Amino acid sequence: MSVADLAFYAFAIVTVVAALLVTVSRNPVHSVLWLILTFFSSAGLLVLLGAEFVAMLLVIVYVGAVAVLFLFVVMMLDVDFAELKGEMARTMPLALLIGAILLIQLVMAFSAWKFADGAMGLRANVTPDLAEIHNTKALGLLIYDKYFILFQMAGMVLLVAMIGAITLTLRHRTNVKRQNVMVQMSRDPAKTMEMRDVKPGQGL
Amino acid sequence: MTSADLAIFLPEIVVALGAIIALLGAVYTGKDKLTGALTWGFAAFFLVIAFWIGTGFEGSQTAFGGLLVNDAFARFSKILILAGSAAVLLIGQDFVKKWDMDRFEYPVLVALATLGMMMMVSANDLMALYVSLELQSLALYVIASLRRDSARSTEAGLKYFVLGSMASGLLLYGASLTYGYAGTTQFAGILSMVNADLPLGMLFGMVFMLAGLAFKVSAAPFHMWTPDVYEGAPTPVTAFFATAPKVAAIALFARLCHDAFGGIPSQWGQVIAALAVLSMYVGAIAAIGQKDIKRLMAYSSIAHMGYALIGLAVGTEAGIQAMLVYMAIYVVTNIGTFAFILAMERDGRPFTSLDGFHQFSKAEPLKALVVLVLMFSLAGVPPFIGFFAKYSVLMASVDAGMTWLAILGAVASVIGAYYYLRIVYFMYFGREGEVLETKMSPVQYGLMLASAFIVIAGVVNLFGIEAPALSAAQSLVR
Repeated sequence: MSVADLAFYAFAIVTVVAALLVTVSRNPVHSVLWLILTFFSSAGLLVLLGAEFVAMLLVIVYVGAVAVLFLFVVMMLDVDFAELKGEMARTMPLALLIGAILLIQLVMAFSAWKFADGAMGLRANVTPDLAEIHNTKALGLLIYDKYFILFQMAGMVLLVAMIGAITLTLRHRTNVKRQNVMVQMSRDPAKTMEMRDVKPGQGL
Repeated sequence: MTSADLAIFLPEIVVALGAIIALLGAVYTGKDKLTGALTWGFAAFFLVIAFWIGTGFEGSQTAFGGLLVNDAFARFSKILILAGSAAVLLIGQDFVKKWDMDRFEYPVLVALATLGMMMMVSANDLMALYVSLELQSLALYVIASLRRDSARSTEAGLKYFVLGSMASGLLLYGASLTYGYAGTTQFAGILSMVNADLPLGMLFGMVFMLAGLAFKVSAAPFHMWTPDVYEGAPTPVTAFFATAPKVAAIALFARLCHDAFGGIPSQWGQVIAALAVLSMYVGAIAAIGQKDIKRLMAYSSIAHMGYALIGLAVGTEAGIQAMLVYMAIYVVTNIGTFAFILAMERDGRPFTSLDGFHQFSKAEPLKALVVLVLMFSLAGVPPFIGFFAKYSVLMASVDAGMTWLAILGAVASVIGAYYYLRIVYFMYFGREGEVLETKMSPVQYGLMLASAFIVIAGVVNLFGIEAPALSAAQSLVR
């Protein structure tokens, strides 16, 4: 077994175990932390594949932004996860049964797995020759040149997501007191204060 | 390559630009005051684009390195989708204004969903399939919960989103297995790689993809979301769900089966035949107990999808032709029916319970007659066009040697006729009591009458729709 094989098994086992712990750990904050470990070890797998750019993206975008955002949301949400889990326990036997059947089927499928003749050739056809250019450049050529229409369509999907988020959450409340800086700054004592000479023992 | 490619997909680009311009224009000017104008504008815009697609393109071309294809099948579906979206915007306009849904984002999101649907029917690659499907679905999730202060509407949107994401997951898993086996995401490549001796893993991929798409067309047993979402979503949105997205999803289904898995029709044929039979019976039997017209229409659409899937399951040219004709008739009838449902109110509130139909014919004889015609057509009673839709689908399955499927379909249609005819019974022979009010704008009324007119007059020659449907089917089946 070479060092690469060893590294592969190490990363793969960590990925699977961490992914399992994401779903079974009781504390949602721990779940997110396990998720971050999953992302890190998947990044390791990608490095082994020679896709170092994608690996770095995974770490920067998913760990740096998405998972941290998750962490914030989970910490701020006031959801009783223990209660939700209790609800889940009732349907667990059925879920486990279906899961086990699916697992057996998938094992059957993958143990008899084979590729179509020439599938490997077709797969290599799409990408530019990696011996000549850097893989980041190859990725750029694919995303922004060969598949630019998909890139644009993904942009439309994001536009819809943005419109949706704004439509469903933005409210223009009319009875809220907002700070108006100009009004605050133009205040002066003459407008807001009145000096009264109060005689002792009388009051206003 | 690029300018020629862009020319082939100019209508889609124009729709995308139209949506963006409308969005920016409305944000910087009148905002929600412009909803009415935008609705009219988009309806007219869709019809113009539909006319352009119908007249301006010939033959079959692929574009962007085979990611998208523009053939007669795609054009037929696109025209149906655009016309359906335009009609739904128009019939819903009154409801939107009256019941506080006056948001300018609504027509814009409908336009973006329509763009997604147009891309879906043109998809010629697994990646294009997925991205266009998500574009359509995401817009639909948002408009399902457009009435954010109503718990029902929010629930509908959330339910649709969660279950829809799961279906997308199934679809993606299937797509990854298919890619893993064939080594390419292009349908043409998959077609050449996938043939009779396929391994179990590839079969799994295909079945997962079919399950994901069955969810999108709401075929049983992947229909659980449909009644809740139809009932909870605002009625104009329900009308939209029941028409254009169904056409797009079933066209995508047909495209995937024939263009990518065309080498193994016996494999997907049996899966789809099972989906069709289940949908027809679930739709027919579960609708019997319903008390809400929107829920009833949800089950009705499940049953209708079952019939349309028969046309796909037989795997022949005549089957696809019958499927397309069926979808066109389904959309027309549903637009008329929803034009009526949108107008239903009682005591100053929208009223969707079936109780409202009692003795309706005494109050409004003409509208009751129109509803009678539409219900008879949905049930597939002979003098109306709905019968010919079912007939062509069942004949296609008999011709392909699947007589058992045709018999099961005929039996299901008899069971299903019960709940359509029950509405008619309520209208003419129901008990006395409070009667429904149905005030309609002239456009809504006109479209309802037009739908009923098509349902009756179409009997003569189906308005010649069979010929374009045939050429569409020929471009798909080879």
